[in-house]
Amino acid sequence: MEKRVTFRNLLVPYLLVAAQLAVTLVFFIWPAAQAVRQSVISEDAFGLSQHFVWLDNFKRLFGDPLYLHSIEISLLFSAAVAGISMATGLLFATAADRVLRGAALYKTMLVWPYALAPAIAGVLWLLLFNPTIGILAYALHRLGYGWNQLLNGNDAMVLIIVAAAWKQVSYNFLFFLAGLQAIPRSLVEAAAIDGARPLKRFWTIVFPLLSPTSFFLLVVNLVYAFFDTFGLVHATTEGGPAQATAILVFKVYRDGVIGLDLGGSAAQSVVLMVIVGLLTVVQFRFIEKRVVY
Amino acid sequence: MVESRPLLTLFSHGVLILGAAVLFLPLWVAFVASTLSAPDFNQIPMPLLPGGHFWENYTTVLTQGVKSSGGLPVGPMMLNSLIMALTIAIGKIAISLLSAYAIVYFRFPMRKLIFWIIFATLMLPVEVRILPTYKVAADLGLLNSYTGLTLPLIASATATFLFRQHFLTVPEELLEAARLDGAGPWRFFRDILLPLSRTNIAALFVILFIYGWNQYLWPLLVTTDPAYSTIVIGIQRMVTVADATPQWHLVMATAVLALLPPVVVVVLMQRLFVKGLVETEK
Repeated sequence: MEKRVTFRNLLVPYLLVAAQLAVTLVFFIWPAAQAVRQSVISEDAFGLSQHFVWLDNFKRLFGDPLYLHSIEISLLFSAAVAGISMATGLLFATAADRVLRGAALYKTMLVWPYALAPAIAGVLWLLLFNPTIGILAYALHRLGYGWNQLLNGNDAMVLIIVAAAWKQVSYNFLFFLAGLQAIPRSLVEAAAIDGARPLKRFWTIVFPLLSPTSFFLLVVNLVYAFFDTFGLVHATTEGGPAQATAILVFKVYRDGVIGLDLGGSAAQSVVLMVIVGLLTVVQFRFIEKRVVY
Repeated sequence: MVESRPLLTLFSHGVLILGAAVLFLPLWVAFVASTLSAPDFNQIPMPLLPGGHFWENYTTVLTQGVKSSGGLPVGPMMLNSLIMALTIAIGKIAISLLSAYAIVYFRFPMRKLIFWIIFATLMLPVEVRILPTYKVAADLGLLNSYTGLTLPLIASATATFLFRQHFLTVPEELLEAARLDGAGPWRFFRDILLPLSRTNIAALFVILFIYGWNQYLWPLLVTTDPAYSTIVIGIQRMVTVADATPQWHLVMATAVLALLPPVVVVVLMQRLFVKGLVETEK
């Protein structure tokens, strides 16, 4: 869609976009291009000589069991976070769509965790799961499970999944609630008159009609789990114990900033770029279809 | 509600109350921990009702910080976070308003190309270009400065799209009328477009304030000098002190201080927050 009436001026528009364009080129496009360039060259430790190595960095990367492990746990982590937070968000939204009294208060009580930084969310759960003083760790001990996220990789993974999902429930709740409220009442009423009970109505009418919302949320949640959880991992488990929670965004940071492996880190950056690029394209393809102007 | 089913409604209330309680639990425990004294943590498990050290703990972290992690006061860190959040929010809104205005209301060579370049930033979060971006910031002498903390995060595709979308819904007649009355680009922008965009700007401000306050990776990279540390980064340093157990009562007081501003913004401006959240995702 375009405006028919516009201003005719050749200098002003460039001045208007100058700031945005400058920041974008200097801090986004140029560094991204550098990452792509570094991923196909090999540089000695002093940066004195460099030569083109084609896809050697990528071959090395995908031949590294630690990186493959990182991909595996990232997929597990993202699937778990998206699954748990979406299911919980949908449950709360369905309940909130039904109640009339106190709806506004419930909404407030369910949306506030969105405001937390993932790192802060992680720190709160770190206290709850602290092996010596945490009340959840204590409860698990009483139930006979010796919880210790500092020693057990699975426990550490559960910790970051729970913290990441907890923060994201609010988001899914809000979007599912909007989706539910957009479903025409007449459809549900017609089914009720035909004798369909609430649970049947939910699975045969409401849930299918929510599929665009669900698909959109799935993509957003995957982006969140893949890219926004760096702080959570860094502030709680630091990728440990024994790399058990070194998801891709954490690994690219550690190999690059701490390990100073330029080529390897650049190759990891490019892999992440491809992932976020694909997710963004999928998201926009879908939104183009959905939004009606 | 389609039909009256008291039991189902009751069940819904149950789900919501339970859900709200589960979401609230970590915050409650953090608050309780922040009011205890260090020896209180010898109880296992830790107490679940607030203790009497609220003022003492909060005054300690605000003015002195946690000794075992270098004893940096949290007060200045909160100020840094505030500066960062406000600069990022206002900066993003300002440059996005201008560039969306150019893209919608002007026809100029390379307009489409510029639009796509801005669009590309969506696919390039800091996480995928850590080292090269750090190098650019270092080469420009931006490390350990407020400029370095905020400027590289100020480009925003989402805000530009939101304003573009909004401008496209503004009736054409307004510009025609303004031009007949002899208004130039700046006057039209200031007197007509800006007032029409007020709610959008406010909604976006809420979202971007939270985004800015909660930044993690970029501040971690560009600020090594504690004078520029933000509170979200500061707390990470407290949790991971190597040789001592974290002082949980002080760490949690800091956590509560770190989460309070964005949570208060969301709760007080819930309507704007929801609007901003829904619209930036379109």
